[in-house]
Amino acid sequence: MSVDIAVCKTLRSDDRHFELEVAIVSQHRRVVLFGPSGSGKSLTLRAVAGLLTPDSGHVRIDGRVLYDSVARVDLPTRMRGVAYVYQDYALFPHLTVAQNIGFGLDRGWLNPRRRQRDERVHHWIDSFELGNVADSYPSRISGGQRQRVALARALATEPRIVVLDEPFAALDPALRGRMRAELLALQARLDLQLMVITHDPADVDALDGHTFEIRDGRVVHVG
Amino acid sequence: MGAIWVPLALSLKVALWATAINLVLGVAVAFGLSRWRSRAREVVDSILTLPLVLPPTVLGYYLLVLLGRRGVFGAWLDRLGIELVFTWQGAVIASTLVAFPLVQKAARAAFEAVDPQLESAARVLGLREAAVFFRVSLPLAARGITAGALLAFARALGEFGATLMIAGNLPGRTQTLSVAIYAAVQSGDDTTAGLMVAVTSATCVIALLLAGWLAPDHLRRSRP
Repeated sequence: MSVDIAVCKTLRSDDRHFELEVAIVSQHRRVVLFGPSGSGKSLTLRAVAGLLTPDSGHVRIDGRVLYDSVARVDLPTRMRGVAYVYQDYALFPHLTVAQNIGFGLDRGWLNPRRRQRDERVHHWIDSFELGNVADSYPSRISGGQRQRVALARALATEPRIVVLDEPFAALDPALRGRMRAELLALQARLDLQLMVITHDPADVDALDGHTFEIRDGRVVHVG
Repeated sequence: MGAIWVPLALSLKVALWATAINLVLGVAVAFGLSRWRSRAREVVDSILTLPLVLPPTVLGYYLLVLLGRRGVFGAWLDRLGIELVFTWQGAVIASTLVAFPLVQKAARAAFEAVDPQLESAARVLGLREAAVFFRVSLPLAARGITAGALLAFARALGEFGATLMIAGNLPGRTQTLSVAIYAAVQSGDDTTAGLMVAVTSATCVIALLLAGWLAPDHLRRSRP
């Protein structure tokens, strides 16, 4: 069980020049990337998920090579087994909660039907207590419920690693504590490999994982 | 009454075909353009918008040059036994060309308004590009595309210049409603002309009302 990531990427735009050079090696089941916004945390996660192609480096999850610039390996996003939970959850607004959760279970050209539900969708709806909003659209449910839907949608595809981009930033403070506890309980119960990015020291304390502090595209502290 | 129903039915047939063709063609081109990162994109976009600003007679002339029996494609089509000049299929081509930018522009705006993060989310969940298109991009752009298609339908229904140039004015075969109105006025049959004008106006108003109702402003559940 390991995460072994080295990512080099130079980004240039008209008025900005950013160099990312991050190395993360950990055996811990909860890897936390901590740092201010714009430090390169999200870029690193995007490289893990295959949404960003590094200039050089490698991404290995549990010994499986997802990307390696030397060996010329670059698995497409859909084959990486990386579940990405976006900061604002990126739920499909045209699909119900149940359809969102079942989205990755059938990879054909049609969305899941509104009435027919996979056993696995039932399972995730029950375990996240989403039964009474299963037929609602994402715009009609609360922030905490949205996060549960995003997690359920990600977990339903049985990923090897779940990466979460600022999972608690969009929640109000009262809810934040509860969702932290929920995520930790879930991680322990399913023995999930998590990689979480956050700018909030309270998240770092609560998650109690292997923390990499990132500033200006570099790891400056490991704790 | 037959004087109205025959050209009305033909107009509806031509406009429906033109809209259907544009739905496939316009949506495909719009999606391609919305994803194409190149400076040539705006040049191509301008050329594709030409049918909106060129006089329909000019478009009709181009079509005659291209599709006429001695035309570039016409000679080739002739050998295959396909004739477009002075046929209702020719009228479909003319209407399709004139209405194309309306679908293409609406569809492109709709595709560009789709949050790229949602498409990434679908890829992360294991979908191939084609599946991402049919399950995320297309449904989220559907309202804008439908609004564009209704505008295109109204435009195709009213097509006159290019249609007259390539399909002519053969009653019962290529005489569409707008061409029939012109013919009726020319022959002094004001009653028929007035009726046909009323029917055309009513149909177009209905199409525009539907298009306005489907416009993106009314997209209520688009953002969570």
